[in-house]
Amino acid sequence: MKITKDEVIYVANLARLDLEEAAIEKFVGQIGKILEYVDKLNQVDTQGIRPTSHAIFLSNAFREDKEQEHLDRELALANAPEKEAGNFVVPKVIG
Amino acid sequence: MKLHELTIHAAHQLLRRKEISSQELTRAVLDRVGAVDDKIGAFLTVAEESALQQAKRADEQINNGQCLPLTGVPLGIKDLICTQGLRTTCASRILENFVPPYDATVIRKLKQAGAVIVGKLNMDEFAMGSSTENSGLQITGNPWDLTRIPGGSSGGSAAAVAADMCMGALGSDTGGSIRQPAAHCGVVGLKPTYGRVSRFGLVAFASSLDQIGPLTKNVTDSALMLNTIAGHDPADSTSVPVEVPDFSAFLTNGLEGTKIGIPKEFSATEGLDDEVRAAVERAVEVIEDLGAQRVKVSLPHTEYAVAVYYVIAPCEASSNLARYDGIKYGVRDRAQDELMSMYRRTRSKGFGPEVQRRIIIGTYCLSAGYYDAYYGKASQVRTLIMEDFKSAFETCDVILCPVAPTPAFKIGEKVDDPLTMYLSDIFTLSANLAGIPGMSIPCGFSADGLPIGLQMMGKHFNEAKLFQVAYNYERTTDFHMQKPKI
Repeated sequence: MKITKDEVIYVANLARLDLEEAAIEKFVGQIGKILEYVDKLNQVDTQGIRPTSHAIFLSNAFREDKEQEHLDRELALANAPEKEAGNFVVPKVIG
Repeated sequence: MKLHELTIHAAHQLLRRKEISSQELTRAVLDRVGAVDDKIGAFLTVAEESALQQAKRADEQINNGQCLPLTGVPLGIKDLICTQGLRTTCASRILENFVPPYDATVIRKLKQAGAVIVGKLNMDEFAMGSSTENSGLQITGNPWDLTRIPGGSSGGSAAAVAADMCMGALGSDTGGSIRQPAAHCGVVGLKPTYGRVSRFGLVAFASSLDQIGPLTKNVTDSALMLNTIAGHDPADSTSVPVEVPDFSAFLTNGLEGTKIGIPKEFSATEGLDDEVRAAVERAVEVIEDLGAQRVKVSLPHTEYAVAVYYVIAPCEASSNLARYDGIKYGVRDRAQDELMSMYRRTRSKGFGPEVQRRIIIGTYCLSAGYYDAYYGKASQVRTLIMEDFKSAFETCDVILCPVAPTPAFKIGEKVDDPLTMYLSDIFTLSANLAGIPGMSIPCGFSADGLPIGLQMMGKHFNEAKLFQVAYNYERTTDFHMQKPKI
């Protein structure tokens, strides 16, 4: 198998996902099949080929370091599931 | 002709001459949505009240003598483009309650032009899919056959335009998500060059591939919409500061001197349906008869496009979707009182199976020990795909090929087999990997009465040539005039 159950669980943890047992089994099969298919890339000789991360070449897009119009604090917080005194509220971080 | 059936261009003529008002037009379109969307399911949000207000303002603008091509024209928007004050869900449970505090640049431009926004359209969750079945909120049927998929991920946009529920729509295309649903629903879909249209306010899926573009009833309307939304935007540092021509100036007769490239690899593609092959071949002949010259080209690395794409897109997605953490916006699992378990439960409950699958693939391919083998390798093969296009475009102006290997498939047919679903994107993915523009235009119907699309791909920033070829082809055919019976 291209990807093991333990690897799926390990990666899911990195991605902050909880998977149910049935989903893990399903993903092992489906993702394994996809990765096997992706292996066809190994047929291509890429020795010395530079990688592309962006199709259109642009050098750095600089702008002047000046304050610009920005979102009002209340508006930025408007969609927060929980907020207090102009801040986002998060659950307990340190136990 | 009924008002909701008008094209953008035809509606503009009537509005400009004050033969109709935007309020009448918008009312007609909203009534159409009320009459048929129960069956189709294209809209996630119908913005009746704000649409009628915008129509009223457009009428005032027209009365003041200012009638731009989109002024007073009712349009639909794919639900991953931020609209201030109007819910934007990405068809995901995790953003079910998200109301953007600002407009995407394309929305700001549409509003400045006086366009009317009728509502927000269904899609595959976070644009991940080819059938709109991955929507976490609802299923959309193909107006030509409600038991079939409308394509995806901009399936709601394509279905709404095909069913006359808006005069045009915006979609987004990461691997074919405008062109493929356009083909399946019998409308015109354009993915502009990467960097031609600002992505500011477009919810990110795979940032090096995503591009916003129009879905319309004909080629003329497509040019009018691109004219309005194109251009460099300081808020999107990947948008490119190049001149934007008036694309409607290229809607002129004659194709003499145009070289159309036919890639030899495409006709040998496994799984290419005979009716699609025949319709595309006939279209090529028609375009030759109009004066274009056919040349053979080769894109030898096309066969690796699916593998490259399904590494790069999930990698970028896994990083982009890390932002959904239940803190800044969206839905939070309130049952958890500890940070890590809140993240995990929020994301597991909020994301659907395809999104989770891609996050896991992407995270895996980027994880220590696998990065070079997957992301590194795919990025190198991406270079080879780009070079294929570069050499092909030395001998031709436009490349012609199918959009999708088959007409629209049945709802449910491929949901449990993601790889088969991915393989149906074979013809569209390479344009995104190479950043070039691609367009889908109607070129026929299957024996079952399902639309078939012809794809045209052009050089970077040469959408104008696509418009010229598409316009000439469209003038000689009536496929785009056909209407589904709903």
